[in-house]
Amino acid sequence: MRPFGYSRPSSVSNAILEVREFLAADPQSSLSFLAGGTTLLDLMKLDVVRPERIIDLNALRDELGYTRSDGSALRLGAFARMADVAADAEVIANYPVIAQSLSLAASAQLRNMASLGGNVLQRTRCPYFRDPSWSACNKRVPGSGCAAVQGANRAHAVLGTSDHCIATYPGDFAQALVALDASIVIAGPRGNRTIPFDSLHRRPDGNPHLETSLQPGEIIAEFIVPARSWMRRSLYLKIRDRQSYEFAVAAAAVALDLDGGMVRDARIALGGVAAVPWRAREAEDALRGQPLTEAVARTAARLAFAEARPQSHNAYKIELGQSTLVRALLQASSMELRP
Amino acid sequence: MNKTLFPQHGANMGQPVPRYEGRAKVTGEARYPSDVRLPRTAYAYLHISRIGRGTVQAFDLAAASAVPGVIDILTHETIGDQIKQTPAIYQGGYASDSFRPLGSAEIAYWGQPVAVVIAETYEAAREAAHRIGVTYGPHSPPAADMDSPDAVAQALVPMAIDVGDFDAAYAAAPIKIDARYSTPAQHQNPMELFATQCMWEGGRLVVHEPSQYVNSVKFGLAEQLGIDPERIRVISTYVGGAFGAKGFLTQRTALVAIAARRIGRPVKLVATREQGFTVSGYRAETRQHVQLAAEQDGRLIALKHEGWELTSRADTVAMGAVSMTTRLYACANIVGRVNAVSADRSTPGFMRAPGEMPYGFALETALDELSSKLDMDPVELRRVNDTRTEPVGGLPYTSRSLMRCFDEAAAAFGWQDRTRQPGSMRDGDWLVGWGCASAFYPTQAGNSAARVRLTADGRVHVSSAGHELGQGMYTMMAQVAAEELGVPIERVTVSLGDSDLPPAVVSGGSAATASVAPAIMAACDAIRRRLGVGNSPPAGVRAAMEASGMGVIEEFAETRAHGLPLESVRDMYRGKALPTGGVSLPDRVQFALGAQFVEVRVHALTHEIRVSRAVGAFAAGRIINPRTAHGQLIGGMIWGISSALHEHTEVDGRNASYINANLADYLLPVNADIVDIQAIMVPEEDKLVNRAGVKGVGEIGVVGVAAAVSNAVFHATGRRLRDLPIRIEHVM
Ligand SMILES: Cc1cc2nc3c(=O)[nH]c(=O)nc-3n(C[C@H](O)[C@H](O)[C@H](O)COP(=O)(O)OP(=O)(O)OC[C@H]3O[C@@H](n4cnc5c(N)ncnc54)[C@H](O)[C@@H]3O)c2cc1C
Ligand code: SF4
Repeated sequence: MRPFGYSRPSSVSNAILEVREFLAADPQSSLSFLAGGTTLLDLMKLDVVRPERIIDLNALRDELGYTRSDGSALRLGAFARMADVAADAEVIANYPVIAQSLSLAASAQLRNMASLGGNVLQRTRCPYFRDPSWSACNKRVPGSGCAAVQGANRAHAVLGTSDHCIATYPGDFAQALVALDASIVIAGPRGNRTIPFDSLHRRPDGNPHLETSLQPGEIIAEFIVPARSWMRRSLYLKIRDRQSYEFAVAAAAVALDLDGGMVRDARIALGGVAAVPWRAREAEDALRGQPLTEAVARTAARLAFAEARPQSHNAYKIELGQSTLVRALLQASSMELRP
Repeated sequence: MNKTLFPQHGANMGQPVPRYEGRAKVTGEARYPSDVRLPRTAYAYLHISRIGRGTVQAFDLAAASAVPGVIDILTHETIGDQIKQTPAIYQGGYASDSFRPLGSAEIAYWGQPVAVVIAETYEAAREAAHRIGVTYGPHSPPAADMDSPDAVAQALVPMAIDVGDFDAAYAAAPIKIDARYSTPAQHQNPMELFATQCMWEGGRLVVHEPSQYVNSVKFGLAEQLGIDPERIRVISTYVGGAFGAKGFLTQRTALVAIAARRIGRPVKLVATREQGFTVSGYRAETRQHVQLAAEQDGRLIALKHEGWELTSRADTVAMGAVSMTTRLYACANIVGRVNAVSADRSTPGFMRAPGEMPYGFALETALDELSSKLDMDPVELRRVNDTRTEPVGGLPYTSRSLMRCFDEAAAAFGWQDRTRQPGSMRDGDWLVGWGCASAFYPTQAGNSAARVRLTADGRVHVSSAGHELGQGMYTMMAQVAAEELGVPIERVTVSLGDSDLPPAVVSGGSAATASVAPAIMAACDAIRRRLGVGNSPPAGVRAAMEASGMGVIEEFAETRAHGLPLESVRDMYRGKALPTGGVSLPDRVQFALGAQFVEVRVHALTHEIRVSRAVGAFAAGRIINPRTAHGQLIGGMIWGISSALHEHTEVDGRNASYINANLADYLLPVNADIVDIQAIMVPEEDKLVNRAGVKGVGEIGVVGVAAAVSNAVFHATGRRLRDLPIRIEHVM
């Protein structure tokens, strides 16, 4: 870890003022926000990220730490803790996929510390990214190559990768947001804006170091999840190498609107297998208007992975990802909903 | 579930007294070596090599030296010959490997220390270490593992075993199994990191370091530094887990000692979790080949077990447990072979059940393959091959309760309800499988000394340089003295983990209790003799002490373990008290034995593999404290589950590096993985093994679990898996 400047603004507007000043003084120097710190501090200790200035946003928890819902939407402040949202009765009852994606993530200690905003911005677990002694990592050092392609890549992605980066997006909550058509409110030096959540993460393509569409100094302020017909019949299925405290090797967030046995509408996002939180639209289309049988689910799952590209050690994820989706769909279709 | 929590109490067992140091630990009062605060401490941080073999051509230390607070930077250019070569324990020395710390520009493995920064704070030392620039000379890719073309295999001839005519018997046999197995590299990862603090006081060096053998650190360090061993004191009063990783002197200690001498201040090093992967020895990967031949009734006719173990170029290390796997079952034609395969890696070493875990996995899986080929119950297969004498040398077992363990564990598990056909025990979407395997661990002991003091008011103090690794050494020492002298345990105090105390055996090989308890008993004998109550019940001691009018009696005793020569007593005073026993004795074999039963569930769609239930039964002679012993057994079984499904140090072939050297990526079971575990202690009496009648329970719990899991996965899925760890993709 290297020395850095530090401040702790008391409100969003003060934070934005500080950002403006900082960027005006030296647009080239690096700035990082601090929320729970469970991603950021680890990477600083490993010497992977070296911010010159840290703006600690934890005082914003008062302003942006809420879990609120009315009939039309669920609103989550970006500084709400994972644990609090996972335990919220309203979220558990009406947005189960959100509660589950949070409670199945990380460990109790981490969930008590970590914020929603930090969660969606967590960095990949690719071991070559996390160890600066590997010179080749396009995500860490643009243009340096990718050590994972010829290396240990059992945990890497099969969807949305490029020749420049095959890292998996590791989080869980983001899949729930993608599945439920969430949007985010962003505060920044040039004012506020709202974007669909699934436009936040960028595919690696030729520039894996550009992970999100956030501009320098922008703060995620709020997540908005619209209340829709499918949100109550939703779940998060996470498959992993041990029972808890572990990232997904494959995961599926699904939400269904059923009419008797027929699928009126479906929302699907895949985790653990893709470079970004992955919306599986072809699979959704294949379900619409169909009875939810295992065969139909299998067809949808096949479509979801039609473009999958295996690496030397992760071909199993293509089949496992499909089975995970099938199981999630069948489980969701048999959920008993209280009226 | 709570049957996992409270141990049962059976014949030949002492009282389940709670831990002597329990309160100190849970209140944080217990000072582990890195908790000790020394005045004006400076902090050390290692910079380790990032290539697998080659040389350091140049350092760029400018940026590192410029970090505020940096005091000193050590490299081979500053250390060079200052640290003398000391042989590894495998050559009769003290060290866990024979690399000389910062001895030259040569790099022999990834993770080798190439520089040590000393600074005013830990943070400054770390930052400076990150800023060190190292230019490596031209280097070719290292041999990272056994498959590398550059790796060199060598047959270890003295470990070969030949009985009867294996080839002829195998060729003629009606039923055969011929299979290859592998186990991965694994690291002990004790919770407590590798820490060392050194302080020079006058000409005397005090070392605070977690250790399983304070005297190996003392005498080895004296040799490295070229000073009188009596000028060194090593203190290790609490150890936060060791599992073999803290058994012997490692390279770090001399570096910290020299740094402290150079700057004239105490220096503290706490190696990071990642660095810890190459600080000490580890469980090397193995390949194994097992061939079995049997009669239709299951009796073994021929058995061949060959192992290949990875080692470093500098040290030939092999656990070679074919010495045990060939002696467990009756069989007339036997071959055992061991090979060491040298590669560009750090020297491996001991990890809980070092040879027994991998070799037991192969043998006990092969036996399951045989039982399914014979369509025979795997418990019955063990029964028809049970024996009272080992088949290699024809020596008697001192005691053997293997089938009693199987019967008790099978009953507790409900084994009679098993249906034999693979895939036949489904529960909804989960495929259920039941498997079993034998557990074995050699009973060993080494020389130890102890001092016991009895005061007129009935207080007792026991001291011996044994080690509290979390296994219950304090409690055991207090308990033995209390029993021998007939005082309540609350009146007994204990000193251990200090090289100034009477020397004891290395706390390894499950031998600590079997070695130290007899020494305490001998010292108590001497006290009773002084009081003239030689053989009377201990209750008489108190009265005799009062009658004697003496204020204090203190007695010192040393005990020599069965099978060790007279000269070995002198070795004990030179940091070389190693245990013997097991299969190394001329007149008998000594084993603790057990039976492991496991239920696994494999999801039919998504293939997660979970152990839903495990029952083990173990016969290990006298159990001094059923509570701490039970903890050891349960912990061991969890290690076994971990070795079957989780643990795997991943090596990147390009630079022979460990790429999952952290506890997020090096998987261990978490609480949610351990659902229902039962350890049964089967009463057993063995007066031959040692005076305490103790066989030791530190490691046997691990052994056989991986095979039982693999056998259960076969029963659940019909897939025979011979490579660990077993993961989702292997059962798809
Ligand atoms: C051992 C381990 C296991 C884990 N397992 C899982 C798992 O199974 N599933 C899972 O989903 N996650 C897992 N995680 C990741 C964990 O959930 C994230 O580290 C955590 O959610 C990050 O939140 P934080 O508040 O601590 O973020 P921080 O570390 O404070 O920040 C992370 C990043 O986001 C930026 N940032 C934070 N908040 C904002 C904001 N409001 N606006 C703009 N930028 C912001 C920071 O600058 C930083 O770059 C695991 C982490 C660890 C260490
Ligand atoms: S996969 Fe991506 S993060 Fe990993 S080494 Fe390659 S470029 Fe870096």
